[in-house]
Amino acid sequence: MATKAFQKIYTQITQITKATCSLKATGIGNEELAEVNGRLAQVVKIIGDEVTLQIFGGTEGIPTNAEVTFLGKSPTLKVSEQLAGRFFNAYGDPIDGGPPIEGEEREIGGPSVNPVRRKQPSELIATGIAGIDLNNTLVSGQKIPFFADPDQPFNQVMAMVALRAKADKIILGGMGLTNDDYLFYRNVFDNAGALDRIVSFVNTTEDPPVERLLVPDMALTAAEYFAVDKNQSVLVLLTDMTLFADALSIVSNRMDQIPSKDSMPGSLYSDLAKIYEKAVQFPSGGSITIIAVTTLSGGDITHSIPDNTGYITEGQLFLRRDTDISKVIVDPFRSLSRLKQLVIGIKTREDHPQVMNALIRLFADAANAKTKMENGFDLSEYDQRTLTFAKEYSRNLLAIDVNISIDEMLDLGWSLLAKNFKKEEVGIRQVLVDKYWPISN
Amino acid sequence: MSTKGKVKGIIANLVIVEADGPVSQNEICYLETKGTKLMAEIIKVIGANAYVQVFESTRGLKIGDDVGFSGHMLEVVLGPGILSRNYDGLQNDLDKMEGVFLKRGDYTYPLDVDRLWDFTPLAVAGDEVIAGSWLAEVPENGQPHKIMVPFVFEGKYTVKSIIVAGQYSINEQVAIMIDQEGNEYPLTMIQKWPVKKAIKAYREKPRPFKLLETGVRTIDTINPIVEGGTGFIPGPFGTGKTVLQHAISKQAEADIVVIAACGERANEVVEIFTEFPELEDPHTGRKLMERTVIIANTSNMPVASREASVYTAMTISEYYRSMGLKVLMMADSTSRWAQALREMSNRLEELPGQDAFPMDLSAIIANFYSRAGFVFLNNGKTGSVTFIGTVSPAGGNLKEPVTESTKKAARCFYALQQSRADSKRYPAINPIDSYSKYLEYPEFEGYIEKRIGARWIPMVNEAKTILQRGMEVSEQIDILGDDGVPIDYHLKLWKSEIIDFVILQQDAFDKIDMLTPLERQQYMLGKVMEICNRDFIFDNFTEVSGYFKRIINTLRQMNYSDYESEKFIGYENELKDILKEREVA
Ligand SMILES: Nc1ncnc2c1ncn2[C@@H]1O[C@H](COP(=O)(O)OP(=O)(O)O)[C@@H](O)[C@H]1O
Ligand SMILES: [Mg+2]
Repeated sequence: MATKAFQKIYTQITQITKATCSLKATGIGNEELAEVNGRLAQVVKIIGDEVTLQIFGGTEGIPTNAEVTFLGKSPTLKVSEQLAGRFFNAYGDPIDGGPPIEGEEREIGGPSVNPVRRKQPSELIATGIAGIDLNNTLVSGQKIPFFADPDQPFNQVMAMVALRAKADKIILGGMGLTNDDYLFYRNVFDNAGALDRIVSFVNTTEDPPVERLLVPDMALTAAEYFAVDKNQSVLVLLTDMTLFADALSIVSNRMDQIPSKDSMPGSLYSDLAKIYEKAVQFPSGGSITIIAVTTLSGGDITHSIPDNTGYITEGQLFLRRDTDISKVIVDPFRSLSRLKQLVIGIKTREDHPQVMNALIRLFADAANAKTKMENGFDLSEYDQRTLTFAKEYSRNLLAIDVNISIDEMLDLGWSLLAKNFKKEEVGIRQVLVDKYWPISN
Repeated sequence: MSTKGKVKGIIANLVIVEADGPVSQNEICYLETKGTKLMAEIIKVIGANAYVQVFESTRGLKIGDDVGFSGHMLEVVLGPGILSRNYDGLQNDLDKMEGVFLKRGDYTYPLDVDRLWDFTPLAVAGDEVIAGSWLAEVPENGQPHKIMVPFVFEGKYTVKSIIVAGQYSINEQVAIMIDQEGNEYPLTMIQKWPVKKAIKAYREKPRPFKLLETGVRTIDTINPIVEGGTGFIPGPFGTGKTVLQHAISKQAEADIVVIAACGERANEVVEIFTEFPELEDPHTGRKLMERTVIIANTSNMPVASREASVYTAMTISEYYRSMGLKVLMMADSTSRWAQALREMSNRLEELPGQDAFPMDLSAIIANFYSRAGFVFLNNGKTGSVTFIGTVSPAGGNLKEPVTESTKKAARCFYALQQSRADSKRYPAINPIDSYSKYLEYPEFEGYIEKRIGARWIPMVNEAKTILQRGMEVSEQIDILGDDGVPIDYHLKLWKSEIIDFVILQQDAFDKIDMLTPLERQQYMLGKVMEICNRDFIFDNFTEVSGYFKRIINTLRQMNYSDYESEKFIGYENELKDILKEREVA
């Protein structure tokens, strides 16, 4: 972002805080970009001739006589086919040693889709993971996060989902990614021979946290280019949105805003919604699907960040370790795909909704039996059977290392039912039982 | 001349404007940036400085940019052609906007100016009229849309002339009114009204008493809402607020349904756009969309117009009520509207109340809910606005300001419970915590007695008692174990489970189960209570659950079958046989 020669240079900063600085300047537009001693900054407030700038790289070492120039535009990204296969930082500058992108310069954080121009999502995304495909089916145009504690393998699962999803483009928005995780994604995509389908915008733990605020908008501007201009199906991966929200709170608290719950800004809901609502099925065929990661602390989903996220996204995928089988599973109780109704039993076999529900219900019975056992009560014969069933269900269907087709999942589900239960215990409609109940041998 | 001003300060969508003349609170103004006019509303005035909330992104706005004040508050256009439309929070017609993306400053007219309407006068020259008097009627999607004396008219007027029956467009002059001084006022079919003021062109607002059938059993049977009543649905995310509201808006026995999608997901509105034009109104057989108006201000649309959206929806509801119609308004979610208020209050650096919400949040919510109601119009006819809002409590904790304020304002409380949703007991309304204050109204009791008999309310109360017992027993079993309690406790538990599984639970996605007409609800509750009042003898608690599961299964199969169909009767006979097995002599 080279400074142009004719620009006016200001050199009198009147106030500096940890994330912002203020100076006297005129003719400045709201949300305009500026450079403060070469660091990128953005206008966040103007009162009369006093302009307040948020400095993405932080204000460390900024002197009161720093050189400030205004760039006359809000943040932009150059878009073209050249984006494919490239790695960028939060400003959209290449970090892979390749040449700069040539293309049309677009403002990031652009307008929303008119709701009447959206199409109802209807394309199933198969991942092979039964905890997702069977119980929480994903649909293109959906927005859904993984809720997981930091020690869960969410990056691995997400990379796996991304590669199996058959998207035309995968856009990775990394926020506060450790260098190891960044390299992990690079390797996985490279090994899969998928690098030419990937575009990455990465802010690592080594980069200033406030820079992260640009990452989702950068990633989604690239996504909109491929989905709208090229009618492609685009999958956007955003990890970790909790670190994004933390950056939001750093900025707002330093601007003396009154924090609401958990020291998050009162606008957290709107800020997150603006990002997630970019997920869309366009009528012309292109689509943007967002899969995000929201790390939890100690599984607490009532914290402001997961709470607001849950109110915005179309469900959530909850990862947890099942100690009975020593594997990570997609928790069938706390996970939800709100769009599954649009595809299950319609794009998949007719028995899908009923089999899914029966299995989960029996898994819940098993959970009750377990509680009983832990409280020292005797187990009935039925309780015993649910426990056997639960282990098999967890190992063969819920575990994240499962990779089979949806028909296979359903067949496997029926065989688990038949093995452990009587027909009248599963509560599935008679017609389906008659048709799919395995013949005993 | 009209007041003008210049931008002096910009903090996100709060802008300070120095005005060169008088301005008024809540006046609308337009900020000009790069040839685009951005609409804004005055929310505070200090000296010559007007603090305005802008209904759009303020990106690129500069100090010194020109501002023009409009001289009026935020208002909507009222006239034939509102039904079936999709508006944003400021009543812009979303379908008229070009392109896939919303453009800043793209304001579109809410009505169709060219369409001709079949106009039939109801008033004649010489009639004495006041605001809200019916002058004429035009059919709109099967509803008798009344052309009324504008609500802003004060005092008495005389109809000087009214045009003969025929086809006219909304902007043609159709009548002339004269006031007491002899001044003439030509009228068209449309009028304007400021959204933040209630339309009060009615004679009286008595306590509401007529059941509003929703087809949802846990509402109609257990905690009914009435025509002109108010209710709210709080619940953590994923517990079924939206599904429940959609079910009510599809099935309720209302003439007009106004849906305010306020700061929630766009795909949920798309679902309505996709389904409603296809689905039938179960009461008239017309397409659902014909009776529906959608105000879509989803979470990614400007925050300030989110606040406006609920007022726009309420004003449109009141307008149709004034025609003597039964209007049902839904808002999902009122918490987003409260959050919009909070964002602005914080930017204004007002003294914050609890959780940083504005201090007067309670008053604002109460004032809004008070606009609903059942009314006697000045001509003696009745009309109603029933309002049901959802509330999205932070962290699912009902002890937060929006839930608590709403609880004071709304008469029905439908508490969605996480644990019920987790165990897929939909709709997840907790039957014990939830309530309908209307059950206590003698007017309602009298009405329901006439409609379905004097036995009804006592029977419903009995069912509630059984549910309560069941809950208590289940807690004890958790502590003492299955065999640590008498068999009688298991019976109590399973009787309450019958009510839960057969009456409370209802599959919103099943074509038959989703909608239960009142007569069918009455029949099923009777059936269930008859079983609950029976004596059963068991030797062993393990037999109880197996037996009752069979009863529940059969009753549920009845729920899934067409009422009084062969299948329905078949299951009913099956049930009789099951009951015979355990007949106590
Ligand atoms: N009555 C119901 N019948 C069946 N499923 C339901 C019902 N209510 C809710 N659900 C399920 O719960 C999910 C979340 O419901 P929703 O109304 O969107 O929740 P909320 O608005 O409270 O976040 C739905 O996608 C659906 O799977
Ligand atoms: Mg909802």
